Amino acid sequence: MAARALFSRKTLTSSSIIASHSRGLQTFTLPDLSYDYGALEPAISGEIMQLHHQKHHQTYITNYNKAIEQLDLALSKGDASTAVKLQSAIKFNGGGHINHSIFWKNLTPVREGGGEPPHGSLGWAIDTHFGSFEALIQKVNAEGAALQGSGWVWLGLDKELKRLVVETTGNQDPLVTKGANLVPLLGIDVWEHAYYLQYKNVRPDYLKNIWKVINWKYVSEVYEAESPQS
Amino acid sequence: MNSLLPSTFSLLPSPSAFLPHHSHGFSYLASPTSFTFSNKERRCLRNDGPVETAPKFELKPPPYPLNALEPIISQETLEYHWGKHHRAYVENLNKQIAGTDLEGKSLEDIIVISYNKGDILPAFNNAAQAWNHDFFWESIKPGGGGKPSGDLLKLIERDFGSFERFIDELKIAATTQFGSGWAWLAYKDNRLDVGNAVNPLATEEDKKLVVVKSPNAVNPLVWGYYPLLTIDVWEHAYYLDFQNRRPDYISLFIDKLVSWEVVSSRLEQAKVLIAEKEKEDERKKREEEEELLTGGSRAQMYPYSDAEGIVE
Repeated sequence: MAARALFSRKTLTSSSIIASHSRGLQTFTLPDLSYDYGALEPAISGEIMQLHHQKHHQTYITNYNKAIEQLDLALSKGDASTAVKLQSAIKFNGGGHINHSIFWKNLTPVREGGGEPPHGSLGWAIDTHFGSFEALIQKVNAEGAALQGSGWVWLGLDKELKRLVVETTGNQDPLVTKGANLVPLLGIDVWEHAYYLQYKNVRPDYLKNIWKVINWKYVSEVYEAESPQS
Repeated sequence: MNSLLPSTFSLLPSPSAFLPHHSHGFSYLASPTSFTFSNKERRCLRNDGPVETAPKFELKPPPYPLNALEPIISQETLEYHWGKHHRAYVENLNKQIAGTDLEGKSLEDIIVISYNKGDILPAFNNAAQAWNHDFFWESIKPGGGGKPSGDLLKLIERDFGSFERFIDELKIAATTQFGSGWAWLAYKDNRLDVGNAVNPLATEEDKKLVVVKSPNAVNPLVWGYYPLLTIDVWEHAYYLDFQNRRPDYISLFIDKLVSWEVVSSRLEQAKVLIAEKEKEDERKKREEEEELLTGGSRAQMYPYSDAEGIVE
């Protein structure tokens, strides 16, 4: 702060520092869910949903905000080593916020259409790339169960190759870390905190049941918005 | 980058040969002064190929009843953590290595071989997790905690400044291991931490305690360190009892469960192994020097041979 006070707009030859500060820092707040914590039962318990949203997601946001505030300060001082040191916390916590924000939208209660398979262009694309809807589910379940430690299993769209892909990412890495052209359509959290209170060590059962509350309508909308019109 | 680390394992006694004891590992707690080096055993087994009767790894129970760590770690957690997770690692490892080159090798050897200098092979996760959990159960005890004494405390104070600063560092490692993994106290012998070179001037001070964290199944054996203590920070280790409150689990684990006696005896064992290894290094160096001397007199003949056109 002291370093910044030494400068005034007039004396700075480079305007970049001023510019970044005049933009202000965009921090995040916890997004609301469009359903109650208990609304996904019995597939996912209300207790899990509440902890997952209020505690885990909130912690990623808190720590991301903290990290970018520190980054902002470091950049304003020209402190490169602190800026570099903060990268892992930004990637982890920022990734946690990105991934969970997608995850909540990927889910919806059964009475609001949860689990209803996709129709239209996404349905066609799934049949084309994976053989069938059931084959896609099997592939996601197999890759999600095989993932070591904490992470995510994704259905994504490769915008360049114009095809659907199933990918996994470790920890809180967002899908884009697996390829700049990859857009996440559906992400399933396979961290133990996503299922342990209910499913304990049996991750495959969690994966089997989560399909009952997948919001394919939302997934289809993202797919259509991201698909190049032909 | 670390080519000098794992490769030493094939020539020298594994630093882990004494930790923890396995069906065909080595029971250091039972007989702290007698341990066997695994290289001889490995050589015998290598040419035999897969043997149908090769002993399988066994799931060893923790050295206390499953409810003994309550209220910090509940019986329910141990029933899953040991009874399901640990069991699955052991059983899957046995299935995975049956009929392969890895069958019959010590668990420590399987870990280092399948780590494959970071490009991990399929058996690594189960092998390392089987080992990590044995090591974990033995790192703690009911009524543990407090403060270490003797050599261990002296080294902690030397290498971290104070016991309190060491605890802070351990807590930071355990809370900032993003995702699943482990936090460790390990003893490191005479290698500078430069990753791409051998310490040119090894001194006694280079042997030091370090706090490290590792993702998923990775453990310090793969870096050639001597593990002394570990905290499991996979969520399954604490989620039933602490949910998202990992820092609370870590604090109570350190304050109430750590068995400093076991950590101390592991340190002593590490020192013994390092001393043995150094003796072996010294012997090899002498042999090489002697060979060089005898080879040297032959080398003097070469100019003449060369003149006669005897070249390859």
